[in-house]
Amino acid sequence: MLKILLERMKQGHRTIKYPDGPAPELPDRFRGRPIMDTGKCPDGCCACADACPTNAVDKVSIDLGRCLFCTDCVTACPEHAIAYKADYRLAVRQRADLVVRQDLQVLHLATALDAKLERLFGRSVKLRQVSAGGCNACEADVNVLGTIGWDLGRFGIQMVASPRHADGLLITGPVTKNMELALTKTYDAVPDPKIVIAVGACAISGGPYVGHSEVNNGAETIVPVDLYIPGCPPHPMTILDGLLRLLGRIEDGSRKKKAPLSSAFAQA
Amino acid sequence: MTQLRRTLATVINGRAIELDAVPTLTLDMLARTTIDAVASDWRVASMFAAPIEGVPCLQLFIVLVDDQHSELHVARARIEDGQFPSLTPRCPQVHLFEREIAEQFGLTPVDHPWFKPVRYQRPWTDRDAWQRPTDQPILPGVGDFYRVEGDEVHEVAVGPVHAGIIEPGHFRFQCHGEQVFHLEIALGYQHRGVEEAMLRGPNKRSIHYAETLAGDTTIAHATAYCQVLEALACCQKSARSQALRGIALELERLANHVGDLGALANDVAFLPTASYCGRIRGDCLNMTALLCGSRFGRGMIRPGGVGFDVDQARLDELSRRLDVAEKEAAGAVNLLWDTPSVMARFEATGPLPRQIATELGIVGPAARASGLGRDARHDLPTGIYRFAHLPVSTCDSGDVFARAFVRWLEIQQSIEFIREQIHEIPPGPHQVALGPLAPRSLAIAINEGWRGEVCHVAITDTQSRFARYKVVDPSFHNWAGLAYVLRNQQISDFPLCNKSFNLSYCGHDL
Repeated sequence: MLKILLERMKQGHRTIKYPDGPAPELPDRFRGRPIMDTGKCPDGCCACADACPTNAVDKVSIDLGRCLFCTDCVTACPEHAIAYKADYRLAVRQRADLVVRQDLQVLHLATALDAKLERLFGRSVKLRQVSAGGCNACEADVNVLGTIGWDLGRFGIQMVASPRHADGLLITGPVTKNMELALTKTYDAVPDPKIVIAVGACAISGGPYVGHSEVNNGAETIVPVDLYIPGCPPHPMTILDGLLRLLGRIEDGSRKKKAPLSSAFAQA
Repeated sequence: MTQLRRTLATVINGRAIELDAVPTLTLDMLARTTIDAVASDWRVASMFAAPIEGVPCLQLFIVLVDDQHSELHVARARIEDGQFPSLTPRCPQVHLFEREIAEQFGLTPVDHPWFKPVRYQRPWTDRDAWQRPTDQPILPGVGDFYRVEGDEVHEVAVGPVHAGIIEPGHFRFQCHGEQVFHLEIALGYQHRGVEEAMLRGPNKRSIHYAETLAGDTTIAHATAYCQVLEALACCQKSARSQALRGIALELERLANHVGDLGALANDVAFLPTASYCGRIRGDCLNMTALLCGSRFGRGMIRPGGVGFDVDQARLDELSRRLDVAEKEAAGAVNLLWDTPSVMARFEATGPLPRQIATELGIVGPAARASGLGRDARHDLPTGIYRFAHLPVSTCDSGDVFARAFVRWLEIQQSIEFIREQIHEIPPGPHQVALGPLAPRSLAIAINEGWRGEVCHVAITDTQSRFARYKVVDPSFHNWAGLAYVLRNQQISDFPLCNKSFNLSYCGHDL
């Protein structure tokens, strides 16, 4: 018992300060939001598009929903016109907003749910995770949010064991044909109103498996999606940022000031 | 043994041979050779069917491992009439390989004792081993399951959607009260057609398929894929890139082993270790991200070497973080062995006897926990492991405790290994040009991922494209081990036994 207590003291309190404090430092080689400068492109060059494994890049835009955040386009580009920034904020509400164009260098980051849903879910949301194909890396970094380093529970967000206890689904994977029925049944078992969050390139577009006859090309081919969190896999910070934005908990990267509880009850 | 060697072609791990050098035996001869080989303590690393140019029928390939002599042996046989004699009754470790061959190519292993699909997919050819109509869907997990009948015997079905954040799979328990008589595991829910998509490659997606065969094993699978290409191209990698690959592979092992020990603690409700290890695992993933920007090692391993080089400052930072992780992991993990309530749950739970592990062809920490000294880093070393020798960590009780303790031994050795590589990292380029691939050749690459042996085999056609690309994730061997250890256990011990193996669904389902 003494050993346990001593070790507890040694390990210390390790939950990240974010969103009240700064976000944890990301590695210098982290690949966040890509930017492209098409002004540098020579006529007729499509080296980036030719190199991209998922056809996420064409000469004018990058589809973050398809992007694997690999280095193939960056390496292929003779003019260094594509680069990854360290910006981890990538989650959006509309699929079309994931297509980044030269003239739209700012992402339309996810907005909060509408007032009625935000009132229902803003302070407490229970999610059922459905793993539907993919490689288990997205699942791993969703799981990380449950560790003491991130402590997702402090935001009132909890992953629950049954769809019947849930307010929504968090889907990973391209939705294989073999998971289609299970996903549909799980979705139907969640009581209304409900939300759906697609995490990772697979769940948004099919990822590296796009076009395979064994998969559907993402969750929205089966169920409506409310939040898209791109990445392969997305960094835990990207996932957390997306969830908090959806719930109206952060604006511009810092904690949104909430009305005191009493006034929230008064509104209800 | 000499007779065996004469019958088969010998391949060195990470090398290629001309396809014509692979002897074609009769099916009967191939069966006899395999049985003899397994009786001499060899084992089956891979077994698959492949179409070969210029041969009118499909061919059956088998890759055997002689761990003791660090040799791989390969042979093939023609399958003339759509069927071959099942080896499973005499050699249980091929049971799933034979079902897979049937599912992919419609070839029937005659007298297979449990002849069911593996992944519930359509065959690649127009022949279906179960004569299923093409106008009806193939539903996963639907079909006969092994059943026990009698008073108070009942069946418990779990999945494909589980209670945690876990991949999908279906588990059928035959129970008598709390006691499990039998567990049957039906997978295939993660099947996304990777092996079929690798055909006619390599192309721009191939490396990404390799990196996502099992996301937590990105380094091991990507390394095996690159080794296959390098073997076919006779590419001489730099010593520096091999050391960096070794560091990345051991960091992957470190992260997953630490995470697993935390998860095991969680399953016996010992929260201190569960909490600390969950966080320390993240620190290990971040060390991989320090190397290549991705916590899972995406982009790190590339044909001809590695995608990212390191400078001294980065190595110093890695070294500093490694020291912290070592201290914190030791504090967190050693609580387990000192806590009687943990040990009472770990010890004697889910034992896998050595003999059963041998018969089932179990690999990785699960095999080593049952006393089998199998470790590809030691037995079939490639790259840096030819120069830096790691001791093989074993235990003999085969229970949850042994599978946990082997992980802890390996964590300590991985840290030592990484430290050694950091101090002695050789100079040189981090990546060299690959060069053209050899046509009509067969290449094999095996390396020890954190779950066990990852085996990739490629066969090229006359245009040097993949005529067949076979992937074996360690989970493919080990799922049967998990099913076995549940026998006569309490059903409530399933999560603990499951976590002690922590197998991959996507690596199995491909």
